[in-house]
Amino acid sequence: MTVLGSVALWVAFLVGVWGALAGIVGGLKDRPDLQRSAQHAVYAMCVALIVAVVSLEVALFRHDFNVEYVAAYTSRNLPIFYTWSALYAGQKGSLLFWATVLSLFGSLALLLTPRHHRVFLPYVAGVVALVASFFVSVMLFGQANPFQRLPYTPVDGNGLNPQLQNPGMVFHPPMLYLGYISITIPFAFAMAALLSKKLDADWLVAIRKWTLLSWLFLSIGICLGMWWAYVELGWGGYWAWDPVENASLLPWLTMTAFLHSVMIQEKRGMLKKWNLALIIGSWLLSIFGTFITRSGVISSVHSFTQSNVGYFFLAFLIVAGTTSFAVYATRLPLLEADARLESMVSREASFLFNNLLLIGIAFSVLWGTLFPILSELFQGTKVTVGPPFFNQVNIPLGLALLALTGIGPLIAWRRSSLPNLRRQFAVPATAGVFTLLVLLVAGMRDFYVLMAIGLGGFVTATVVQEFARGARARHRQYGEAYAVALGRLLARNRRRYGGYIVHTGIVILFVAFSGMAFKTETEATLRPGESVSLTSPYGDTYRFTHLGISQYDALNRQVTAATVEVARNGKNIGILTTEKRQHVDGLGRPTFQPSTEVGIMSTLRLDVYTVLAGVVNGTEQAVFRFTLNPLVWWVWYGGMVVALGGLIVMWPGGGAPAVKRTQAGYAVRLVAEQ
Amino acid sequence: MTAIRRTGGQADCNRRDFLSAVAGTLLLAARPPVRLSAQSPDSLPGTGPSGRLWDPSRAGRPVAPVTAADNDAALQAIEKQIRCTCGCNLDVYTCRTTDFTCGVSPAMHREVVALAKAGRTGPQIIDQFVRENGVAILMAPPKRGFNWAGYLVPSVVIVAAAAVLTVVLRRWTRAAPAAATRRPVTGVAATPEELERLNHELDRLSL
Repeated sequence: MTVLGSVALWVAFLVGVWGALAGIVGGLKDRPDLQRSAQHAVYAMCVALIVAVVSLEVALFRHDFNVEYVAAYTSRNLPIFYTWSALYAGQKGSLLFWATVLSLFGSLALLLTPRHHRVFLPYVAGVVALVASFFVSVMLFGQANPFQRLPYTPVDGNGLNPQLQNPGMVFHPPMLYLGYISITIPFAFAMAALLSKKLDADWLVAIRKWTLLSWLFLSIGICLGMWWAYVELGWGGYWAWDPVENASLLPWLTMTAFLHSVMIQEKRGMLKKWNLALIIGSWLLSIFGTFITRSGVISSVHSFTQSNVGYFFLAFLIVAGTTSFAVYATRLPLLEADARLESMVSREASFLFNNLLLIGIAFSVLWGTLFPILSELFQGTKVTVGPPFFNQVNIPLGLALLALTGIGPLIAWRRSSLPNLRRQFAVPATAGVFTLLVLLVAGMRDFYVLMAIGLGGFVTATVVQEFARGARARHRQYGEAYAVALGRLLARNRRRYGGYIVHTGIVILFVAFSGMAFKTETEATLRPGESVSLTSPYGDTYRFTHLGISQYDALNRQVTAATVEVARNGKNIGILTTEKRQHVDGLGRPTFQPSTEVGIMSTLRLDVYTVLAGVVNGTEQAVFRFTLNPLVWWVWYGGMVVALGGLIVMWPGGGAPAVKRTQAGYAVRLVAEQ
Repeated sequence: MTAIRRTGGQADCNRRDFLSAVAGTLLLAARPPVRLSAQSPDSLPGTGPSGRLWDPSRAGRPVAPVTAADNDAALQAIEKQIRCTCGCNLDVYTCRTTDFTCGVSPAMHREVVALAKAGRTGPQIIDQFVRENGVAILMAPPKRGFNWAGYLVPSVVIVAAAAVLTVVLRRWTRAAPAAATRRPVTGVAATPEELERLNHELDRLSL
């Protein structure tokens, strides 16, 4: 099967190169035969790469340890679930996964794009084939071929890193990859619009679902990554501003900016240059993220093993960035706006400032991530840029963004009058101030927490107000019951009201993040029967009693499990188990350093987080770290609300008629004003 | 039934509990043999001899009991400013309380504790680490020289961009009335009352 896989890779590469040439040349020369051939090349590439994936999976499941990748990432006793996910656990397999999904997305884009957008497809096929060919070329020429064989056959494989043996890691990397990869489709359409000089709003309509899909995958991937870090890494947090985490945040920020600014182009025909630049930038940042993860240029706990593929990505990044912006520069005269901004107090202006903040945060994250390299370059000293730096720079920007999340939807398109502003802001501003006062009276004094929750109250009130007004309007106009009106409001204008649900999720996330300011923890050495107490930020006393330690074998690991009884204010609320796991191969030989499994008890108010640090002198006397993490569950809940809102926004139907209605409204207004 | 209780690591059982335990053991022994899997070795809470684990090597690196210094908030604050040099990208406190395979962060922690016991203040302890390891030992670059660029460039760029954006927007808004009159508009058949109603609805719904 590995021979078949290798052959499939070569076929994919050759077909991809042809597809890239045929697509771009066929588009520029208007050659229908080449255009068709390019599209067929993308389909063929997809089939070849699926064959390669199946070949690798077969090798993984057959435990063909003569294949270097199989021996490096699996073992005979690795659970099936993780044997499957080993496909993208290592550098080589993840490159194959990337190229395959890209060709699959490319094929779907070619198949599903409506007929009236067909003019873009040759270029789309060309760009997708080019990018996918690059990934295949890295495998073939960058010593990253997943089918590479060893000169001998080990009895058993190395097994999968214990930290990757977690359900979060089965879903988090593919989700993030899907987010990164799917940005290539909007990028391909943007390049198609530039190359074909069809720079009206058509290409934006063609990519709407893809941009949302990509943003949704990135959002879910980032949230799953946070969840994995929290439950698996054992440090009691979910975001550490690690370079690889930052790399995933960068395209999310620019895509979020795009999703807002694209509305201005759709409704007013403005910001054409900006939107194109955002899409190109987002795609380049996705490649940059890949470069960071795979090059080892910046140290990160999430990086793949250092290898020379980093150079491939750096070269590709430079060439692709230069080429894309060169084409962009030649088309600038064709990208003049159809309309002008009419007032500084308009939704367009607020969206521009929202874009400024999103791009500003992206810039500061990128700056902080690269600053160690710049420091080494300019002052010969490598510095560390950790969470204190990023928090200092980004928390104020994030709060300003949260404020704009509420302000934007309250300001009318084109211009807002003072009475309009007063009517729109009265309730939300009151809600925000009231929230702030309640917190102050309750004794809260942390400035950032006060701002986060106060602004959260303001934004939530804007969302509630928008839903209430919309439902009331339907109730008056159509006589619908309020519940029905609310449902139909959401169904008829999914983009707008789904967006408000996303805003609600963002508020929940900000409030949940602020909970981390009140994290309390203690370390304790306990013999069985002994206890330690910890007071939560809510004033409750938690008592942890060490019950004892069990040792047993399970699946592919030897487990040392400590059991702790938890009581709140003297009342027993449950038992937590935290483990040390020594993973072994099929022959019982230890494979990795012992890992730690945390014990977590989640409630809406806080998480009780328990970690077994180790045992003293081989006895049941154990060292624990007990942490009380307020509001953590709300981080996951906020992520789910964001994803739900994203799904509603991208759900087919409901959106376009509203846009047309609005545009019709403006046309009518313009007539009236004349 | 609790045959044997543990209090402070000491076995504590009375005669009745002891006899019950012996009887239970005999009954279990008389039972048909159960095929034991590899999971059977189990120290079960509180039943191991002298609380010793069945296989201590499985429990990871042995650790020392926690001392008061380990929970000292002032020392933790210092350790959160110092990077562990094992390559984990974490600060010393987070690493030593998270990565229990790391031998570096516990050693760095011991050094912090020793310096504190020797009467050094927080800044002096941090300076000592910087002298020994360079500024890369700090979790955030010190605010001096080129490092100011790290802190200030994002804010300066954003403020400058905001200023440019404001100027551009003002210019656009001044040019807007002229541009609006040039814009071709297709006629829409609507009575003044209908237009007024539509305007009112658009304003109300803030579309």
